[in-house]
Amino acid sequence: MTDSIERTILIAAPIERVWDIVTTPEHMGQWFGDAGAERDGDVIKMRWAEHGEAELRVVRSEPPTGFAYRWDANVAGIGDTLVEFTLATEGDRTRVTVVESGWTKLRTDADEQARLRAGNEGGWKHELGDLERYAQTVAV
Amino acid sequence: MTEDVFTALADPTRRRVLDLLAEHGHGTATTLAAELPVSRPAVIKHLAVLDRAGLVAAQRHGREVRYVVCSAPLAETAAWMARLAASWDARLDAIRALAEDSTPEALG
Repeated sequence: MTDSIERTILIAAPIERVWDIVTTPEHMGQWFGDAGAERDGDVIKMRWAEHGEAELRVVRSEPPTGFAYRWDANVAGIGDTLVEFTLATEGDRTRVTVVESGWTKLRTDADEQARLRAGNEGGWKHELGDLERYAQTVAV
Repeated sequence: MTEDVFTALADPTRRRVLDLLAEHGHGTATTLAAELPVSRPAVIKHLAVLDRAGLVAAQRHGREVRYVVCSAPLAETAAWMARLAASWDARLDAIRALAEDSTPEALG
């Protein structure tokens, strides 16, 4: 069971260059925050001109293909989410895929938890396209 | 509410319940159980979860409780996910702009 959003983009630059943009505070402060960022160990402090600060905790760093961090959105009702970047070379370009997940904590009864642990819950993924189609299916 | 919507949709039987209600316009625990491979008490539990998420509404008709689909929470959740997706598209575009703008000459 995952609640996730996945987006992807193809970039005309080598993977090492893209890795650098995605993972270094100097660049993250531009594409993610808009007022700079600094890294201390596994913690990246992001700043936004209008939204203040947030801390990212790096949980995986496997240059040049895998980078993941937890993002404490610091908003009531929205816990910290996991953001995972996957980089892959495609010809002379680089594909970047990002998956954000975990904004909903599952609250399920004991039976469901057991089935979820067993891994046979039906494979539904809360992907945007699925949900939009589903909303249309049951629209009244 | 979004969290409840996701939890409610996580179960295939509950999605089937929504499908059946949408298909027939309304249904009761008894009519739903007749079309599903689960018992009436199980259907009642599923309807309670859907009700908490605001995805169905109960209407009393004499001795019957009829359920109808409420699609607004689904549409709201889809809109919320669309906004998150748009934010990531904007960030990925920014990453591309940074990477393509300053590709080092040494690469050529």
